[in-house]
Amino acid sequence: MSTTTPTPSTVTSLAVRSGRTIELLLLVLAVGIVTLAYVAVNLTVTGELPADVWWHVGIYAALAAGLHVVLRLRARYADPLLLPLATLLNGLGLVMIHRIDLVPGQLGTSGVASRQLLWTGLAMAMAAAVLVLLRDHRVLRRYTYIAMALGFVLLLLPMLPFIGETVNGSRLWIRIGPFSFQPGELAKIAVAVFFAGYLVSTRDALSLVGRRVLGLQLPRARDLGPILVAWSLSVLILVLQRDLGSSLLFFGLFVAMLYVATERTSWIVIGLALFASGAVLAWRLFSHVQSRVTLWLDPFAPDQSDQVAKGLMGLAHGGIFGAGLGNGYPYITYYANSDYIVASFGEELGMVGLFALLMLYALLVERGLRTAIGSRDGFGKLLAVGLSFTVALQVFVIVGGITRVIPLTGLTTPFLSAGGSSLLANWIIVALLLRISDAARRPISERRQDPSIDAAERAEAPR
Amino acid sequence: MNTPVRRLALVVFAMFTALLLSTTWIQFVQADDLRDRAGNRRTLIENYSRDRGAILVDGNPIASSEPTDDELEWLRRYQQPSRYAHVTGYYSFTYGAGLGLERAEDSLLAGTDDSLFYQRLSDVVTGRPASGASLELTIDPDVQAAAVEALGDRRGAAVALDPRTGEILAMVSRPSFDPNALSSHRLSAVDEAYTALIEDPAAPLTNRAIGGDLYPPGSTFKLVVAAAALESGEYEPDTELEGGLTYTLPGTETTLPNFGGAACDPEDRPTLAESVQVSCNTSFAWLAGELGDDALRQQSEAFGFGEPLEVPMSVTPSIYPDELDDAQLALTGIGQFEVRETPMQVAMISAAIANGGVTMTPYLVEEVRNSDLEVIESAEPRTRSRAVSSQTAQELTDMMELVVEQGSGQSAALPDVQVAGKTGTAEYGDSGAAHAWFTGFAPADDPQIAVAVIVESATDNWAGETGGQVAAPVARAMLDAGVER
Repeated sequence: MSTTTPTPSTVTSLAVRSGRTIELLLLVLAVGIVTLAYVAVNLTVTGELPADVWWHVGIYAALAAGLHVVLRLRARYADPLLLPLATLLNGLGLVMIHRIDLVPGQLGTSGVASRQLLWTGLAMAMAAAVLVLLRDHRVLRRYTYIAMALGFVLLLLPMLPFIGETVNGSRLWIRIGPFSFQPGELAKIAVAVFFAGYLVSTRDALSLVGRRVLGLQLPRARDLGPILVAWSLSVLILVLQRDLGSSLLFFGLFVAMLYVATERTSWIVIGLALFASGAVLAWRLFSHVQSRVTLWLDPFAPDQSDQVAKGLMGLAHGGIFGAGLGNGYPYITYYANSDYIVASFGEELGMVGLFALLMLYALLVERGLRTAIGSRDGFGKLLAVGLSFTVALQVFVIVGGITRVIPLTGLTTPFLSAGGSSLLANWIIVALLLRISDAARRPISERRQDPSIDAAERAEAPR
Repeated sequence: MNTPVRRLALVVFAMFTALLLSTTWIQFVQADDLRDRAGNRRTLIENYSRDRGAILVDGNPIASSEPTDDELEWLRRYQQPSRYAHVTGYYSFTYGAGLGLERAEDSLLAGTDDSLFYQRLSDVVTGRPASGASLELTIDPDVQAAAVEALGDRRGAAVALDPRTGEILAMVSRPSFDPNALSSHRLSAVDEAYTALIEDPAAPLTNRAIGGDLYPPGSTFKLVVAAAALESGEYEPDTELEGGLTYTLPGTETTLPNFGGAACDPEDRPTLAESVQVSCNTSFAWLAGELGDDALRQQSEAFGFGEPLEVPMSVTPSIYPDELDDAQLALTGIGQFEVRETPMQVAMISAAIANGGVTMTPYLVEEVRNSDLEVIESAEPRTRSRAVSSQTAQELTDMMELVVEQGSGQSAALPDVQVAGKTGTAEYGDSGAAHAWFTGFAPADDPQIAVAVIVESATDNWAGETGGQVAAPVARAMLDAGVER
């Protein structure tokens, strides 16, 4: 690692670039693409631009610029791709939601897009707040067990009477007055913080002790505790909230982080075995799981929901190049602006457009994992892995469900789907990744002192 | 911890690869199958919102698509719904392409037919919106109009053919319906209209000319029996038949009278020609017995009974019943019992006689043109079968001329043109109600048009209407409009 101390060395001339200029250029590009898409949708569907079109674009550009300024001031060395990627995805989501609003017969918008824009503002403000208030991500490690408690509370909140709400068979929502919220979205951040904090302290025990059987390093029985707890938690979600998607998400998150923390393949094998048994059990016990599997195997099965079928037909209608923004019929599929927004994109932008979207996600995840690799502290590494892997897993579960890689489960598509809780959660994830990447890429001379004063933290010095 | 992160990155890579593959599978490999799946609403909207080809009669549209401002983009309009409803059929967003040419030539009109492949290709290349082919029909608008007006409010059907080619000059079915009510974009109104049409006991959606429950042919079937007799070689037009006042059905006590109880001949020995001329029941019942079941069946089939036909709408095959006893055979000889015909079949019998015994395959579409008005398909007249020898055809023609000159069909006569024809009054049910038939062609010596007309009984009891009185005038109007002078 080089230092910026002006000593005559070949390494010194390699000044670390903050990347903020590149970020600004990419942001201009992202906002530009979103603007073009927005204009195209309006012209195609209504044939005219709404009066407030430049206001909308202006607000969105201002929000992105605001975050950019925050980064310049508070996280100068943060990864330059994360913000433009999130801005582009969120903006495209807004455009598609607006496009569904414009469905013939209900001109004048049903207002989902405006609400989404409001949530976007709130979510980006929250991201800015995280960057401003959280000067060093390692502070979070202090709150490992508080995060665990918070995660549990958030997950179980929808089970409470009065405020809990069942939507489409899944009990994932809370409703207070006119506001409804999916606390599980935020719970995944709290849970990732907890896992990271917990695993960074226990990884030695989990990874080093145990017997080798058939080439697998098996853990001691008493070290199996945490994975069993996580497994039961995910099964609990499945049973109580009847939600396959979040169950898979939480368990996958835990297994991935456990694997990274311990470098033991045995954890993956154990995790997959546990998950498989849980899945088979769920399939046996619950009719809604059975019907999801039936539809996975045959989307056109009679007497079943035609949602998968309609989504497939939408994708097929798009074909390779898509019908063009505003030229398809995405609204025929249910939840065209939330769970099925990817099918809407596939219909109007085609296979090519979906490839581009998936590449954006892949890039986002790749930047997150790169942040993890570059991160100098174990906690930051694990947190970055966990957060980026949730994004990847979530995209895989929902897009895989729509395209029949796995049975369909209702999950939001990060940044694209209509829904405030998801936006809020994903922008916080991006803020945390930005924060960790700032620490990772920061030259040593500008590095902060470790804020966690306890000795344990210092002992676990960066490699 | 960096090694497992890199491995995890590989897992993420594999996950995204799976998504790329599944997307390719659906949007590229399976796309066509999914698009063509029944019930794909997108394809339905897409087809509906395409510039569907027009249906033209003499270059004037009777069905065309007009641009609209709403989601469906094009509205299907029918310019003369009361005249052409059963020819065009309807094109409804809710109920799809139904009846008539809209249904039978859907892929051409929609532009999805394989024969339009090159046009579709050039549409894609030039970025021109896709459009369907238009159909120019064989219909003679004057004959069609004459038939519609002459039938008036009566239930029934009329068909006119050019016996030389098989071109369908007119195809009318009453009661009719307004296809515009079904192609409307006000979908709730469409639902109501459709329900009303389906529930209407008069069955206005049925094209009685080619489908429906089929009709007993009554005395028009005597042409088939006479043809069988002449073809057998044992009968000449002047061969005397047994034809008294009544005929006792073999093996029963039931007696069959002549129509109106009149004698066919003073000596009860009418010739074959006289029997046709006055439509003698007793002699034809006797003749059927003499000729036998097989001869009648073969002759019926030679005229086209029992054979599928598409014009391009499919015509219900006419029925010559199976396993007749002698009494039933006698009744069949006068077109009663269970023999059933479409007006199209009856017209084909006249057309075959008019055309020297050769049946031409009827067709409705003269030309198919793509949206550049290039002809991509042009109909060629095709011989369907030889029904009778040219001599038999000539002898039948002579008999049919007598029917119009001095027999039961005099009200079909035209002042300056020789008309050949045959009347029929077909009883159905038990109450004695009867449908009125007329079939014939003109001019008798140089046939240009052959027609069949049925006017359904106005009441459940026989109202005293005969084919000569009710159906012949309709045929006369059609022949008058169709004959070139």
